[in-house]
Amino acid sequence: MATGQSMSEKIFSRKADRRVSPGEYLMLDVDVALGNDITAPVAINEFRKAGGKNLRYPDRVVLVPDHFAPNKDIKSAQQVKLVRDFANEQGVKHFFEVGRMGIEHVILPEMGIVKSGDLVVGADSHTCTYGALGAFATGVGSTDLAGVYLTGKAWFKVPSAIQVRLTGKFRKGVAGKDLVLYLIHILGVDGANYRAMEFTGPGVANVSMDSRFTVSNMAIEAGGKAGLFPVDDITIAYEAERGIKVEPFAADEDVAWERSIDIDLSDVPPMVAYPFLPSNGKSAAEAEKEKVKIDQVVIGSCTNGRIEDLRVAAEILKGKKVAPSVRCIIFPGSQKIYRQAVEEGLASIFVDAECAFSTPTCGPCLGGHMGILAEDEVALSTTNRNFVGRMGHLKSKVYLAGPAVAAHSAITGYITDIREGA
Amino acid sequence: MSNTTMKRKGSCFVFGDNVNTDEIIPARYLSTSDPAELALYCMEDARSGFGRRDDLSGSIMIAGENFGCGSSREHAPISIKASGIGCVIAKSFARIFLRNSFNIGLPIIELPEADQFGEGDEVEIDFDRGLVRNLTKNKEFTFNPYPEFLKKVIDYGGWLSYAKAELMKEGA
Repeated sequence: MATGQSMSEKIFSRKADRRVSPGEYLMLDVDVALGNDITAPVAINEFRKAGGKNLRYPDRVVLVPDHFAPNKDIKSAQQVKLVRDFANEQGVKHFFEVGRMGIEHVILPEMGIVKSGDLVVGADSHTCTYGALGAFATGVGSTDLAGVYLTGKAWFKVPSAIQVRLTGKFRKGVAGKDLVLYLIHILGVDGANYRAMEFTGPGVANVSMDSRFTVSNMAIEAGGKAGLFPVDDITIAYEAERGIKVEPFAADEDVAWERSIDIDLSDVPPMVAYPFLPSNGKSAAEAEKEKVKIDQVVIGSCTNGRIEDLRVAAEILKGKKVAPSVRCIIFPGSQKIYRQAVEEGLASIFVDAECAFSTPTCGPCLGGHMGILAEDEVALSTTNRNFVGRMGHLKSKVYLAGPAVAAHSAITGYITDIREGA
Repeated sequence: MSNTTMKRKGSCFVFGDNVNTDEIIPARYLSTSDPAELALYCMEDARSGFGRRDDLSGSIMIAGENFGCGSSREHAPISIKASGIGCVIAKSFARIFLRNSFNIGLPIIELPEADQFGEGDEVEIDFDRGLVRNLTKNKEFTFNPYPEFLKKVIDYGGWLSYAKAELMKEGA
C-alpha cells in the first residue's frame, strides 16, 4: 500500500506540525494573504463589521490594486483609495501603487514575497500560480481573507491529488500555455475540482520557471485547488536570485494518487482554446484551417506576461507589422519585466510592429479596461479565460493561446499556427 | 438565533452546466461591492435582466455541473443572495464558489438529480431533514443535512458574524 505523501500533504503536515491526510479539516496560520482592488474592499468591510481594529499579522498581508488600476473610472478610484487608506492605516508594507505595481501573481514570486513551501491564500482565483514555486497557494473569497486579517488563520480541507507525470521535451515554439491547455482539454473544466494537481516526472526539468507559472496559474481552469511543481534546481536557482535559500522538495515516490495522467511533452502541439471554455482545446494547426479572423490580440496577464513570453512574441514580431485589421495589445506583468522589455529592445520591436505596449494591469483580461471587445468582435488572447462576455460584449468571442501563436496570428490577422523555424 | 427550523419554498429558475462567475456577476459591475447594486446584475450574462425581476424573492436557483466556476469574486454569491434567491441547487459547485457561499450565508445544495427540476417548478426544501421536494413533479430527493454549525452560519448571515457571536462568546 502506498504510504508516501504528495507535496500538498507534506506542506499541510509541516504547517499542522503532524502528519495529515487528505480529507482532514485544519485551521492553520497562513504565510501570505493576498487581496486586490476588487476583493480586498469586501474583506476590509467584513473585517471592520466583525469589530477588527488591527491586522493580526500586517507583514503577511499583501494588497495589490491591479484589476482596475491605473484607475479606469471614479468608482475604481474610490475602491483603490479604500485599499490604499487601509494599507496606510494598518502599516501594510506590501502595498503596491501604480508605477511600482505589477499584476499580483507576477510580482509576488518575482519580489520573493511568496516562496517554496509557503501556505498562501489569495482572494483571487489565480493565486494557484505560486504552485510553480512549490508553494501551496489557493484562491479564496473575501470573507476568508477577512478571517485572516482578524486571526492570521484560514480553514482548509487537505485535498487529494492528481498526478501529472511529464516526460520528454517541448517541441520548438511550444511552452507552458500549450501544455496547460492540452491538460485542461484532457481533464475538463471541473476535472480537478476540490483537488490539487501535482506535476512529477523527468519532463519537469525541461519546463522553465516562466512556463511553470503559466501552468500553475491555470490549474483553477480545471477546477484545481492548487497546481504544484517540485522544488528542483530550476526553482532553487530562481529563489537564489531573490536571496532565498530553499531545499529540494518533491512528492514521495509512492503516493496514492487519486488519478495519474502521463504527458510526453513532445506530444503537445501549439494549442488554441475555443470559446467559451478553456477546455475547448484544439491544435493551432487545426484552428488555422478554419481561418478564424481576429480583431484583437492580447499578449500578457498573470498567465503569460513574463519576460520569456514577451521575448517569444518579440522574436516573431521583429521587423513585421501587425495586420491592418488587428489591434495588438501587449502588457507586461510587472515593472521589472517592463524595464527588461525596454532594455532588451523588445519594447521597440512591439512599437515598430504597431502594437500598444501597456503598463502592467489586469484590465484587458477580464474586460475591465484597456481593450474591451465590441459586439461580434473576436480576440485571441494569452490570458486565462474565454467565458461568455469575458473581454467585453456578450456577443464577442475570446480564443486562448500562448504568446507564439498569438504573435503569429497578430501578423496574419487570423488564428495561425507557429511557423517552421520560428 | 439558531434552532429555528430551516426551510425554503419557492419556484425554480433553471440554468445549465459550467455557469461561471463572469456570467453570475460580470466584471464590468465590480467597481462596487454594494450587495443591493450587485443584485441588479445577478446572472446578467446568463439571462439578461434576471436580477431586475420582481419575482426572485424566495425563489430557488437550479443549475448543472460546476456551478460558479471561474473567479474567486465573492460578489457572485453575494449578488445571488442579495437578489432574494433562497437557495441554489446544483449537480456540483466549483470549490471557491462553494466555500464563499457558506462563508456569506447563501444556502446551497449539491444534488446529482438537479436535472429533474424544470423552470417554474414549485420546490420545498427542509434543511434539517435533508429533503428537497419537487411539488410540481411530485418527487422527493435527499441530501446530507447541514451540520448544526453551518445552519447557524447561515442563520447569522455569514461566517464572520457567526464566528464573532458564537466563537468569541465561548472565549475559545
